[in-house]
Amino acid sequence: MTIHKALIAQRVAQEIQPGSLVNLGIGLPTLVAMYVAADANVFFHSENGVIGIGGFPEGMENHSLTNAGGGYVGAMPGAAAFDSAFSFGLIRGGHVDMTVLGGLQVDENGQLANWIIPGKMVPGMGGAMDLVSGAKQVIVAMTHTAMGKAKIVKKLKLPQTSSRCVDLIVTELAVIRPTKEGLILEELAPGVTYEEVVAATEAELIVHHPPSVMSLSCAASFQPSLLGK
Amino acid sequence: MGIGTPNRLLSELVRQGKSGLILIANDTARPGFGLGTLIDANAVTKCVVSHIGTNQKTQQQMIDQTLEVELVPQGTLAERIRSGGFGLGGVLTPTAVGTLAAEGKKTIEIDGETFLIERPLRADFALIKAQQSDYFGNLQYRLTAQNFNPLMAMAADTVIVEVDELLPVGCIPPDQVHTPGCLIDHIVSSGVFS
Repeated sequence: MTIHKALIAQRVAQEIQPGSLVNLGIGLPTLVAMYVAADANVFFHSENGVIGIGGFPEGMENHSLTNAGGGYVGAMPGAAAFDSAFSFGLIRGGHVDMTVLGGLQVDENGQLANWIIPGKMVPGMGGAMDLVSGAKQVIVAMTHTAMGKAKIVKKLKLPQTSSRCVDLIVTELAVIRPTKEGLILEELAPGVTYEEVVAATEAELIVHHPPSVMSLSCAASFQPSLLGK
Repeated sequence: MGIGTPNRLLSELVRQGKSGLILIANDTARPGFGLGTLIDANAVTKCVVSHIGTNQKTQQQMIDQTLEVELVPQGTLAERIRSGGFGLGGVLTPTAVGTLAAEGKKTIEIDGETFLIERPLRADFALIKAQQSDYFGNLQYRLTAQNFNPLMAMAADTVIVEVDELLPVGCIPPDQVHTPGCLIDHIVSSGVFS
């Protein structure tokens, strides 16, 4: 895990309310679970059909219990498992409080692209379209740029995942909130300047108040056991 | 991914050299594993799946145009199968409205909200996997190995289940049965006992 990813995961974790039901996407978003306090009563949903994922059960893998990426996970006391129609009913039905997803691009309207690069990479959307359309809150956790290119752009160049806008973007440089008036720059990562963020962003950023410094003080103790595998 | 898969049935399809299959599944797992073995064997000419990101061979066959891939959002795939099995004419879903995945599909407005009209999906054969079956075919699935299995059990003309444990009738309490035996045509032991 790089420092960048750890920082993003740690900041996203602060958005998670105690007692909520949260879906974490594959990759970087999975790391968020490590920074959520064990006593916060947060349940993690995985769209293949489980609520209450409890991390990688080192040496105790159950071959019938995986996350959406097919990795073995454990289950917390109080966990529940179900079929895929029910699982996506939870998502579309608005029963999932938050989803944290990776992104290829987000634009000034807050629209997300994360499922296809036409002609180059066609992994498919999996559950992403349902999650962005259905979860009560959508957080994009991604690196600010990819190979030097801005991922926060004026207008999506890649096909959108949903017509619904995302609620928050967290990168290793900044916290940005899409609103009707545009992208509000709310926070800067420690040691990062406004100019650096602007230089790494194609989209126009709006600043109402001087951005605060991303707080990374974490109530939760670091829980590597929640990482899954 | 790759669990709740009837691996013994799949290996028999490969052994018999089946080809020209149309596959309905969430994904094609990865090469050499689960449904990936059907892709390895060039047994599939079309697949209806939600993602192929974990199987480069599927992507390669799609690029080579030997395999047609219909990508469907995962929740929509589940509901298309469910509607096929439950005798409905399809489903209305807000998922994918305004995206590439909605191209060529009809939309409908209900109370001011736009929905896609998604058609039902059915198969000639459902090859499913359960943990336990009694001799009537009453099934119990385990944990996240349920996934699409109970849905497909409703949505095919012939349903073949592969099970780890075959039990005398009466061993699964009625309210613990996930899929009733009346839906099952054939039971095959997985040969894996847990």
